[in-house]
Amino acid sequence: MEIPQALRYTKSHEWAKQDGGEIVVGITAHAQEELRDVVYVELPPVGKAVTQGEPAAVVESVKAAFDIYAPVSGTVTKVNEAIPKSPQLVNQDCYGQGWFFVLKPGQPAEWNALMTADAYATLIQTHSSGSGT
Amino acid sequence: MNRTALHPEHLKLGAKMTDFNGWDMPLYYTSILEEHAAVRRTAGLFDISHMGQVWVSGASAMQSVNELVVSDVAQVGEGRACYTMLTNERGGILDDIIVYRVGAQEWLVIVNCANRAKDLEWLTRHRRPGTEVRDLSQGRAILAIQGPKSAEALERALELKLSGMGRFDVIPAAPLGRQAWVARTGYTGSDGFELFLPDAQAVRAWQRLIEQRQAPLERTTSLTGQASGVMPVGLGARDTLRLEAGLRLYGTDMDEATTPLEADLGWTVALHKASFLGKEALVRQHAAGVSRRLAGFEMSQGPVPRHGCALWAGTPAAGGTSRQVGQVTSGTFSPVLGKPIGMGYVEAALAKPGTALEVDIRLKRHPATVVKMPFWRKTNGDPSGVTLHQVA
Repeated sequence: MEIPQALRYTKSHEWAKQDGGEIVVGITAHAQEELRDVVYVELPPVGKAVTQGEPAAVVESVKAAFDIYAPVSGTVTKVNEAIPKSPQLVNQDCYGQGWFFVLKPGQPAEWNALMTADAYATLIQTHSSGSGT
Repeated sequence: MNRTALHPEHLKLGAKMTDFNGWDMPLYYTSILEEHAAVRRTAGLFDISHMGQVWVSGASAMQSVNELVVSDVAQVGEGRACYTMLTNERGGILDDIIVYRVGAQEWLVIVNCANRAKDLEWLTRHRRPGTEVRDLSQGRAILAIQGPKSAEALERALELKLSGMGRFDVIPAAPLGRQAWVARTGYTGSDGFELFLPDAQAVRAWQRLIEQRQAPLERTTSLTGQASGVMPVGLGARDTLRLEAGLRLYGTDMDEATTPLEADLGWTVALHKASFLGKEALVRQHAAGVSRRLAGFEMSQGPVPRHGCALWAGTPAAGGTSRQVGQVTSGTFSPVLGKPIGMGYVEAALAKPGTALEVDIRLKRHPATVVKMPFWRKTNGDPSGVTLHQVA
């Protein structure tokens, strides 16, 4: 399972990336693997204020709908217009073309509370060993 | 949790398992969309051994069945099958079933897994003297192979002779043991077969059919690039396939509080029959007209409608008021049509194709149009030409 070192992570399986003072948000390889068949994505409007840990977007697989939570508080400055048109990008390239939105962080300190790649790796290991196949 | 005889095969194939009414069943092996595509284009193999097999036999077996189902099974000849419904005195649907007349006085009745005990009790309690009702499920399995290449796959892997079999025909499957049958039935809307057979033979049949993936029927390329002949298919795609085909799911789209007329399955009801349990109630409802009816709807885009979403109608833009007129019972993203589809009960007058509705999804209303079901129908054209959105 790919977990890029440069990114930070949430318990709810979003990734966050620092990019020139802004933060790019997407879902992790583990999350897209669990969702498997992404068929619909609903993004927040640009300009929307979001709060850390609150729902900011929705992703739907064939089976069910899931909330995507804001990893940090802030204002949405950009959304990925490509993924509502081609939701399969979320499955195909979750750390690249499948990004969700960009935030201007409101409280920079929140970044430090996010999980490192190593901490996230431990989290999903615990998860998968518990669930079996 | 209950396990079918094929359970180890599912684990070997790396299936994602799920609890379905107390059965540990495969949800998908690779992806719901890919498995859906395999059934529409080539062939898919399903383990549906969780469904109940009930044996009804004896000199009065036909009369017993005929008094308990809405269809006229006197019209069902030996070697034929019929989709029908068990109803209670109020005309409420106890279960939707397929009855297979495998002998002059022998019927194999396939029931939904959640209704197995209830149906057995009902059939036993209401049978005529001279009819035996027996649970035939123990030690037995059901495999479904569905898709345009099903016949070819079965003939090749299992040496079955299927030529001349029509839709809803059932014949003994001698190479698969005694008390084994193959029927041209299914729950996908595609051509296909179902096998009713002992566990040991089912495991061998499964393995042989799966081995065909190494010697594919046709060099088609699936999403992952591997050749796909007979692909194992889980319950996830079984649901999207049956929905595209406009087929109801018991417990979701209908229950004991629903009649066949409300479920828009009036074509199964033989009101002219001398008598059957529920007839009086259905005759009355037929005369009075139903107040609500199951309707299929399509959305051009947007989120996926799900069980429980409210359905609205009305034209606030034209100065009218909109109101809630029903509820979604099933919904999904149709892989073949590339858009959200669903079914739900609405006021009867609004069940007409072309009616504009709105579906409330996460507190936002999205336009939908009532359409005639099935949403997708197989044609005699080249199945490899089926366009599957998002399954490039």
